[in-house]
Amino acid sequence: MHIPDGFLDVKTAVATGVLGATGVGVALRLARRHLPAQRVPLLGLAAAFVFAAQMINFPVGGGTSGHLIGGVLVGVLLGPSVSVIVIASVLIVQCLMFADGGITALGANIFNMGVVGGVGGWAIFYVVSRAVKGMFGCVLAAAFAGWCSTVLASVACAGELAASRTVGWAVALPAMAGVHMLIGVGEGIITALVLVAVGRARPELLAREAGPEASFPSMIVYGGLVALGIALFASPFASEWPDGLDRTAVALGFAERAVAPIVAPPVPGYAMPGIQWSGLATSIAGAAGTAVVFGLAWILARVLVPKGKSQ
Amino acid sequence: MEHDFLDRHSRMQSPVHRLPAAWKLITALAIVGSLVWVPRGEWVWLGGAAVLLLAVMGLAGLPWGFVIRRLLFAELFVVGVAIMSLLQPDGLRLFLFLVAKSTLCLLTMVLLANTTPFAELLRVLKAAHVPALLVTTLSLMYRYMFVLLDEGQRMRRARLSRTFTEREARSWRARASVLGQLFIRSSERAERIYGAMCARGWR
Repeated sequence: MHIPDGFLDVKTAVATGVLGATGVGVALRLARRHLPAQRVPLLGLAAAFVFAAQMINFPVGGGTSGHLIGGVLVGVLLGPSVSVIVIASVLIVQCLMFADGGITALGANIFNMGVVGGVGGWAIFYVVSRAVKGMFGCVLAAAFAGWCSTVLASVACAGELAASRTVGWAVALPAMAGVHMLIGVGEGIITALVLVAVGRARPELLAREAGPEASFPSMIVYGGLVALGIALFASPFASEWPDGLDRTAVALGFAERAVAPIVAPPVPGYAMPGIQWSGLATSIAGAAGTAVVFGLAWILARVLVPKGKSQ
Repeated sequence: MEHDFLDRHSRMQSPVHRLPAAWKLITALAIVGSLVWVPRGEWVWLGGAAVLLLAVMGLAGLPWGFVIRRLLFAELFVVGVAIMSLLQPDGLRLFLFLVAKSTLCLLTMVLLANTTPFAELLRVLKAAHVPALLVTTLSLMYRYMFVLLDEGQRMRRARLSRTFTEREARSWRARASVLGQLFIRSSERAERIYGAMCARGWR
């Protein structure tokens, strides 16, 4: 989901640049305040680890393969702020060394994968692993959070593409979210498997309590950033949905029927049912998908951590 | 060390390679920035940029095959995103324009990456007052990512030489345990590095 250069317009690139830089700034400040000195080299090594881990391919079948993204894994093992710094570092190196992900889209990529995906995924992990105790809960939470973080990041990405008017929201959201709902399954499974492997060799790495950097105020700062991003990129589409829908209608050959709403402002009675239906359908599909994935994560965790051994 | 193919070309010799890294970074940013600014349908500007970039590439003496391979690798992502624009009115023209624009941006970044050693870019970032903790993280990451890639490959080879076949169902668990081991070894290495840094007067 690395956005390349040329897909974000100037205003979106600047806005996401500010959001991404603020996110990294907050993470650095929290890390400087709370990270013990002996863990500073760990930031660099964890970033190198994520980079190397992304090169190890997992066969999906049909000749394709996937790899770990790593935001949630690092968040679970080292904390949310470390996760933001590590993901940002990986993205900077990929951008400057391999031209992978655009330099004008660097802020957007850091915001999507680091702040929305990393911190958002970590928050979901935190809540679920509090609700379900033990190693079983930890694996369940990590698998579920890995999926959520991938999907959340892709939704943020779709919002930015639509805000740049590169792709219509009505096309970008289902396409991006749909693809990443599948990719996210792989991410969730790999995250859970790696956590189990780490937990088996070095259980104390998993038992570490969330430090003060995961405190309430810091979560409010990150939450505020994410909310600001939603306000900037997603809320305008509440009013732009008919527009996007009309565009797809034109593309699919319903041009004559769609001409009227494009020329004249849509009559509320005519446009509203369409919006509500599309919004409702998307929400229902999303909720159903999330519930199914939670169930799958439960089964996966049960397989990896059999009952009775959940210590 | 088998991974120096990742950035080998950045240490070649040419007039472009000898330019100060800061100039190259700023120029690349300016080119990409102005390409992003080009409004839809203004093909002339894209053509001009293409001529300029190809001239730089010739001057730098980068192997064509290598640059094309790098571009094609990243092009997957570009086409993947751009293909969604086909679903809009006038989609084909928008698609072609987006791909062309994005490819030129990519070419700019590939040229920057392969004419400037990463360590020099880090020095520029430091001079530009990027927070020290981030620069330290980036330089440690650059220093050790090759080591960890090697370590991952060694573990993979060790596993392959001890097992007969790689069954699909088992291979995910096996690969995940390689990753888990790699993480543990990275965190142990980080502890040793901290000791070494302190011994050399860091802090």
